[in-house]
Amino acid sequence: MSARNRELTALVPVALLLTAGFTAVFAQENARLDNLSLLFGAYFLVACLATHVYLRIRLPKADPYLFPLVALLTAFGLVMVYRIDPTLARDQANWFVLGLVLFVLTIHFLRDYDVLERYRYTIAVVGLLLLLAPRLPGIGQQVNGAYLGVKIGPLAFQPAEFSKICLVVFLASYLREHREVLIVGARRVLGVTLPPLKHFGPMLVVWGASMFMLVFIRDLGSSLMFFAAFLALLYVATGRLSFVVIGMAMFLLGAWFFASTIPHVHERVDVWLNPYAHPQKSGYQILQSIFAQADGGLFGKGFAQALIVVPGTHDALLPAAQTDTIYALIVNELGLFGACGVILVYLLIAARGFKIALLAADGFSKLLATGLTAVFAIQAFVIIGGVTRVIPLTGVTLPFISYGGSSVVANFVLLALLLLISDRARRESEGL
Amino acid sequence: MNRQIVKLFGLFVVLFAVLVGFTSYWAVFDAKALKEKDANKRPLLEQQQIRRGRIVADDGTVIARSVPKGHGASLRYVRRYPEGSLFGHPIGYSFVRQGDSEFEQFHNDELVGNESEFGSILDELRGREQEGDDVVTNLDPAAQAAALEDLREAGFGAVVAIEPSTGRVRAMASNPPYDPNRIPYDLTELNENELETPLVNRATQGQYPPGSTFKVVTAAAGLESGTITPETAFAAPSPLEVEGTPLENDFNTSYPPISLDYALTNSVNTWFGQLGQKVGQDRLFETMEKFGFNSRPPIDLPEDQVYESGVYSEEQLLNRNDPVDLARVAIGQERLSVTPLQMAMVAAAVANGGKLMKPQIWSRVVDPDGRVVKKMDPSQYSQPVSEETAAELTTAMEGVVSEGTGTNAAIEGVPVAGKTGTAETPYNESCGGGTEENQAWFMGFAPAGEPKIAIVATVECTTQFGNDVAAPIFRDVAETILNGG
Repeated sequence: MSARNRELTALVPVALLLTAGFTAVFAQENARLDNLSLLFGAYFLVACLATHVYLRIRLPKADPYLFPLVALLTAFGLVMVYRIDPTLARDQANWFVLGLVLFVLTIHFLRDYDVLERYRYTIAVVGLLLLLAPRLPGIGQQVNGAYLGVKIGPLAFQPAEFSKICLVVFLASYLREHREVLIVGARRVLGVTLPPLKHFGPMLVVWGASMFMLVFIRDLGSSLMFFAAFLALLYVATGRLSFVVIGMAMFLLGAWFFASTIPHVHERVDVWLNPYAHPQKSGYQILQSIFAQADGGLFGKGFAQALIVVPGTHDALLPAAQTDTIYALIVNELGLFGACGVILVYLLIAARGFKIALLAADGFSKLLATGLTAVFAIQAFVIIGGVTRVIPLTGVTLPFISYGGSSVVANFVLLALLLLISDRARRESEGL
Repeated sequence: MNRQIVKLFGLFVVLFAVLVGFTSYWAVFDAKALKEKDANKRPLLEQQQIRRGRIVADDGTVIARSVPKGHGASLRYVRRYPEGSLFGHPIGYSFVRQGDSEFEQFHNDELVGNESEFGSILDELRGREQEGDDVVTNLDPAAQAAALEDLREAGFGAVVAIEPSTGRVRAMASNPPYDPNRIPYDLTELNENELETPLVNRATQGQYPPGSTFKVVTAAAGLESGTITPETAFAAPSPLEVEGTPLENDFNTSYPPISLDYALTNSVNTWFGQLGQKVGQDRLFETMEKFGFNSRPPIDLPEDQVYESGVYSEEQLLNRNDPVDLARVAIGQERLSVTPLQMAMVAAAVANGGKLMKPQIWSRVVDPDGRVVKKMDPSQYSQPVSEETAAELTTAMEGVVSEGTGTNAAIEGVPVAGKTGTAETPYNESCGGGTEENQAWFMGFAPAGEPKIAIVATVECTTQFGNDVAAPIFRDVAETILNGG
């Protein structure tokens, strides 16, 4: 079966899943079957099929599993968000369509994605400016002590979601060019292999950017995500584990220093280590998230069965259920098995992404595919890890599932880049 | 670079496995502990969406029921107690924000219809909603009302009535009472009322000196151990020097050699003090323990709301090897501290031919379709004394009511066995620190030949004696139960 036919075959069950999910939610909320779920399923299928047809024409050789896997997460996310609040789900559906449009536009205009290399410094600057934007007076927004959002007129978005792509593009390009000197020029000092300082300058900028995010944006999650992606790329480019260790040490040192000086970051870490200290205040979100999971058990309570607000009030029982803690809600409603399914889908996406990197012929493609896949997987890890108390809980979204336009749209752009690389890699390997 | 990419993927496999591990921990392995955390209101909130079963009295009177509020997602049930403060103790309350207590807490699983996870999955597959079962109690509303009314007139205290042959608890009243319907509004105030402590169930948590009622236990130990027979007689001088302090009888009366019947009828302190010393600490404590002292009474109430009875030293229970003033323990003084429930168990065991049945408030669990799911099986807790000893104790206790210190407990046409108690509690802060206050008791059962009910009534901080203030409560409650049944 050709790649695109496999994709097509995979999309049908995804649409059926969406239909089944909505049916379950409707049945729970109205105690009746509603053929609206069929309609939603049909809309979803049409949107996916249209995108599929476009892929069939433009990127016939691209990886056939990535788009259905992402569609699966989106379908799942739509059902979960609808179950939390139908109006939010309508926004989310619109963003899904907008995401598909940007997906198509990216593929259309970046067919020859090598141009990205030419503008790498511009892209790096844009990425940094995007990061800065939430602190700019007039357009910046503070959410829960962190500066995450930007609002220009009616348009509000989270620039970090787009910034992560810019950063990966820059790093992939820069490392492609300098990896040799980084490896060859490395010296051993006191038994530790150090990178050459001259070529490492821009790398320090990345470290600086991560620290900057901690200090000024106070966004521990994005900071962690950026820096981990950077280390992953550095490792793949140079093969030197010592660089990664040094980088990690630098990050931890910086994080430790700022954690002890910046109250917001400090509090996040404190709450992570000792959530029961203030169970009604700072510890509320993480504790409620864990309590919600405890309630799920092996099989969960079923779609739309979990409590999100205290009945009869508007007090949140699971704060930020549609964004930060949506994973806890998944565990609650679908149980450990459902949650493992979600994690497995992210792992499969990571596997396909790294497969693309393996197949890619040139260094930039390899590094770009690696970086995009890594940053995506790390994002999933950071928020699921936060909700399950593996690491401090921070405000990043669960890609394609959480409510949030920036996240959905940016991740579709990320997916488009991966498919572009995949298509070229497969063409070249088949000698076309 | 491919080698590194594969390794990087390996790292992600490990990281995601960690996520699965943590999720499993919270969702499955640690789930039970998390559900019991104080900060976790989720189980209560979810239970609030289940129609909690009713609690019903023996005669069908509804003690607690749940009424729906709101619709759809905000539908929830709120607990109502139609009888108000009548059953505040021992039924307790159950509210989402305020938590639960007493019987409501102990029988929570039945009341919300909790089952194993597998059972609830089956229910889910069959489309059944979780519903709570009703719990029927042994409580007799008329007896409960009589007990509470009498207590209201007499003073703070408690009444416990147990059916000797089965252990069914027919009444358990504690004064001051509280209205469980007011808990959502007044909980803090009720909790902070340290003078009256209305939320304390004095029947199971009141720790009082038993006074002369304890002489029944001493007598039981004496007969059971063979130290005395009903015929054994010895003199009871007053005052009697014990452990360096003189022990006196009422009105400082000295008695020539007398036997058990006479000594119990007249509640002769120095006679029982000597008996305690003759029996010895080992055997006295052995009998006490068989009656249930030194361990938590096996009643269906939460463990932390049922106190142990025994000799206390700085909140620690003493055992048979610790030094005590045995003569004063034998007459219910020293550091002896008992709950009314414990003394009711003593009365019930004697009434039931020496067999102590486990006291139980619940009688059966009925599912929403009216089927009896579970039934309380009367079970024996211990046999503190032989049938013979029990009969001899009964005879002696009949004398107390017919011609001794407990005549106010007598019921027309019904033989009553009992024992009074009046423990002096001077300088007791909870009584206001006066010198005249007593803990007044009456413990007994009726009819003496064929006991249907064993009752303990006690009043704290009273200037009156057991026969004046506690015996009439016994009589009222006993009459109510005997006439009703």
